[in-house]
Amino acid sequence: MIRVSGLTKDYGSRRAISDLTFNIEKGEIVGFLGPNGAGKTTTMRILTGYMPPTMGKAEIGGYDVIENSLEVRRIVGYMPETVPLYTEMTVFDYLKFMADLRNIKNAEDRVDEVLELVHLEDRAEGYINNLSKGMRQRVGLAQCLLHKPEVLILDEPTLGLDPAQIIEVRNMIRNIGKDHTVLLSTHILPEAQQVCNRVLILNKGRLVAEDTPEHLQARLIGAQRVGLKIRGDISDVIPLVAATPGVIGVTPKDDDSLEFECSPGEDPRPLVARAVVQSGFDLLELQPSNLSLEEIFLQLTREEPPVPSVDDTVEITAEE
Amino acid sequence: MRNIWIIARKEYKSYFISPVAYAVAFLIFLILGYIFFSGLLYASTQQQYVPDVTIILSPMIFIFLFTVPALTMRSIADERKSGTMELLLTAPVRDGELIVGKWLGGYLFVLTIILVTWIYPIVLNQLIQPGLDQGLMLTGYLGVALATSTFVAIGVAASSLFSNQIAAFFTTLGILLLLWIISNPAQALGPAGGALLNYLSLSDHFYNTFNQGIIELQDIIYYLSITTLALFLGSVSVQVRRWS
Repeated sequence: MIRVSGLTKDYGSRRAISDLTFNIEKGEIVGFLGPNGAGKTTTMRILTGYMPPTMGKAEIGGYDVIENSLEVRRIVGYMPETVPLYTEMTVFDYLKFMADLRNIKNAEDRVDEVLELVHLEDRAEGYINNLSKGMRQRVGLAQCLLHKPEVLILDEPTLGLDPAQIIEVRNMIRNIGKDHTVLLSTHILPEAQQVCNRVLILNKGRLVAEDTPEHLQARLIGAQRVGLKIRGDISDVIPLVAATPGVIGVTPKDDDSLEFECSPGEDPRPLVARAVVQSGFDLLELQPSNLSLEEIFLQLTREEPPVPSVDDTVEITAEE
Repeated sequence: MRNIWIIARKEYKSYFISPVAYAVAFLIFLILGYIFFSGLLYASTQQQYVPDVTIILSPMIFIFLFTVPALTMRSIADERKSGTMELLLTAPVRDGELIVGKWLGGYLFVLTIILVTWIYPIVLNQLIQPGLDQGLMLTGYLGVALATSTFVAIGVAASSLFSNQIAAFFTTLGILLLLWIISNPAQALGPAGGALLNYLSLSDHFYNTFNQGIIELQDIIYYLSITTLALFLGSVSVQVRRWS
């Protein structure tokens, strides 16, 4: 549905995104994950036809975003990060205006439909000015659903919402994703984990990883970490654990437990357990700790990608 | 074409909820009303003098020169400022349609104000014998309508350059004033240069013909072509700003 290759955008001398290549298939919900300034918004603005790229190519539904910009804009629904709205208009008038711009038949019925979809039927005649942030967000969402777009592009759809609203919007996106292709950006990891089928991690304008949230997590568990807890002073068992074959590092934790790292492909847990018990300690807990996506994200985005090619970067990250 | 009309309609309506537009309309009616009143007062003291429609039209076009920039300054600058430009530029609307729609909406609002000022000639018609020169009045109003269409087009084009309304206001005012007085040194510049400056002048095309009851095709073409040029440049500016 969305094909991007070699996409690059410069703002003056600053390179906002650099050589992005990715595909998104029909029906996927894909998350763009990255810290602020990673190039998420820039990429989305290029995809929606707001601005052209400096180099590279992007296609949506087979249409080139530059050459067939109007066709692309017809099949894409876009909610910009700031959720711009005409605050002096009523919700209904605003949506009617946007529906007219998109040449929708029976615009008024369609507006009623989307208002129902985002649960704002009762605010249709209210001025946007008087709406809360969460409601505005829903108006923005309603706006990009008006024309039943094949592709939805949502820039930080949950930014600035309270927890209840966030859950609501996420559920809404998941529902929408059942019959739309969705690309959303976020810098909140649990969001990507909950909502998306696939995650593209962006840092400093480069794609540093691309996978399902599950795989991404699994990929980094090449070196498995295991938490260990005993009754008594944990420092007593540190030399013991460190001496076990297959353990390559031990780190004591604050809560009177420790974490040891296993060499890739080995599982020294039975050996560690035996050694601890045989030495007379009471073993309370032995638990593999999965890296949360949050940690992966930090790990991936903290370091500079050392090589220009996207593929290489991913591999290096994976080997860690 | 459909998109132009949709944008124009929205733009037109938005003037009616804009405090600036009301302030400007109030100013126009206040000043024009006072000028009309003082014109009548002057005429009542003179034996031979019969006032005609130009006591309204001549000052009116001059007032528009200063007030149209205030009406058009927000048209695109405000969309940029509030971010709604992103909605318009990602909707299936051509940049040209956006600019023309913005212009049409603003122009319709100015025409609405002009329509209200029609009350002065109607009153004047009752007061003088043997009534108003209807031809002069219609010609004059045609001239005002054509000139203001150019004012609005320049205003919208200037507004597309900025996200700051005040900057758009002064840029528009600067361009309009320059074009208004551009023919001042015409006589000193010899026949060729003088003719060019005369041709470019916003004011000469109005005062020398329409305001005297004369309709010349070249004046109509002048206003229409400057309007078109301004709108073209406006849509180029929208396009260029996408690339930067």
